[in-house]
Amino acid sequence: MSALLEVEGVAKRFGGVTAVDDCSLEVAEGTVTALIGPNGSGKTTLFNVVTGYLAADAGAVHFAGRRFDRPDPARLYRSGLTRTFQQARVFASLTLVENLVAAIHQSWRSLLRARVSASDDERAREVLDQFGIAHLADRRAGELSFGQRKLLEFGTVLMGRPRLVLLDEPTSGVNPVMVEAMERHVRRLNEEGLTFLIVEHDMNLVMRLCDPVIVLDHGAKIAEGHPDDVRSDPLVLDAYLGV
Amino acid sequence: MSRLSAAGVARAAVVFGALALFPFAFPAHWVVNLAIFTVMYAGLASSWNLLGGFSGYLSLGHAAFFGIGAYAIGILFTHIGVGAGYKPFVVLPAVGVAVALLSVPIGWVALRVRAATFAIVTISLLFVVQQLAFNLHGLTNGSQGLALPFPHFAPATYERPFYWAMLAVFALSMLACWYVRGSKLGLMLHTVRDDEDRARGVGVDVTTAKVIAFAVSVGLTAMIGGIWAYYIAFVYPQFAVDPLVTIGAVLMAFLGGKGTIWGPALGAFILVPVQQYLAYKLGASQLYLVGYASVFLAIMLLLPRGILPSIEDRRARRRADPRGPDVDGSGAPSRAEQVVA
Repeated sequence: MSALLEVEGVAKRFGGVTAVDDCSLEVAEGTVTALIGPNGSGKTTLFNVVTGYLAADAGAVHFAGRRFDRPDPARLYRSGLTRTFQQARVFASLTLVENLVAAIHQSWRSLLRARVSASDDERAREVLDQFGIAHLADRRAGELSFGQRKLLEFGTVLMGRPRLVLLDEPTSGVNPVMVEAMERHVRRLNEEGLTFLIVEHDMNLVMRLCDPVIVLDHGAKIAEGHPDDVRSDPLVLDAYLGV
Repeated sequence: MSRLSAAGVARAAVVFGALALFPFAFPAHWVVNLAIFTVMYAGLASSWNLLGGFSGYLSLGHAAFFGIGAYAIGILFTHIGVGAGYKPFVVLPAVGVAVALLSVPIGWVALRVRAATFAIVTISLLFVVQQLAFNLHGLTNGSQGLALPFPHFAPATYERPFYWAMLAVFALSMLACWYVRGSKLGLMLHTVRDDEDRARGVGVDVTTAKVIAFAVSVGLTAMIGGIWAYYIAFVYPQFAVDPLVTIGAVLMAFLGGKGTIWGPALGAFILVPVQQYLAYKLGASQLYLVGYASVFLAIMLLLPRGILPSIEDRRARRRADPRGPDVDGSGAPSRAEQVVA
């Protein structure tokens, strides 16, 4: 196993608050890695640094052997690292197909070509079909339910043929059927070779789906390992339950 | 081309055909004069729409480029001598292209900020250009302004060449909007309007898309400014770089429905005649500006998305299941709309 993503001593401060503090971790290719930790432990900030939305104050992020210093989500996406958002962000005024097609990388030569070409359309509908929302293909994304938006967002990030997908609370605020669907999609895609890093609060899901589990507290990694080991780690219990 | 629909082509042919023949049907000088300004604003609103409507970046500084276009024609006349007659119209495309290229570095810097900040930056751009016009005496003759020679067009139909030139640039703006909307560039601009951060996250080259839209938009605006200067025959800093020109165009785009193809032009065709009428009735008191403000407030309250999108919504609602939830029509308001509202 080689590390696809390497976070090396990353720190991020907001004024006097240190959200991420000398944090190092690795995500091995082919895994479904969980990133858990109590509220305020720096998970989302770390996500934002890794995906290029925030510049780190210190440390480095390596993805697929390349170092990314300047925060640039578009460049990371093109090299195969992408993410979803906790609030399920979609392009509300665009149709589902357009949402997906927008995420296909365009060279500048194609700028004036058709908005949605026949082959783009076909690929988008295929992905929508996999996620069970093909019947909504020509509706606007703003009309979707929250759970459907999460599926659409998930489908969208796959259009760039990523190697690593960071999911930020994929099952928060969705119904149990949708949780199950999410789990199924992650498993299916993982079997096809896609690597995942997941922030999740549903511990049952984490224990079922993820291995290894990385635990953050106060912006630094305090434990890592098989779900069962992490669950019984005294440091982790301490972080979650307090003293 | 698959993007062409028979209905769309027919609509464009009827509208532009009718507009082209308009001076023959209504040859009175004052009517053609009014038509020139109406078509001018339709062009300004449409070209503004390319950036403001499609990407949600509300520029309030397009008048800067209108002024640059006006001065470009004025300076070409007085310093270089492009000749009289129709020749200034011939150099217009070159002015448009030059201004578009010039605007690339400007747009690249200005478009680094978002929404309301971008509006402020573009306003400051407008005053920068106005100050340059006041102070670059050698080129612009400062506050004295530049006087352009009157061309020797037949007195009975004097306005027509200007009218058709304005109409041509208006058509070009509409064509640009239509073409961009149907292209990848249009899709990219729409993702920027909906959620720019997310667009970056799925690899959309947002900067390229915004800068291209900005350049084309201000290039067209400059061409309109050039025709205006030739028609008015005097270029003064405070009239050539006039905030009201932008505000008027933006207001028209909002009224008709920014982001649509026909909306901004529709807004111009409603508002310019009304404005001219009010200006005529209320004299030079500039009271018509109060009218402008009231129209703007009324739009914000009654039709926040403009005439065409509101009609479209109503139609869509009637088509949809009447018991179905009214899930926010075309989605959540963009950042820009929230800022303006």
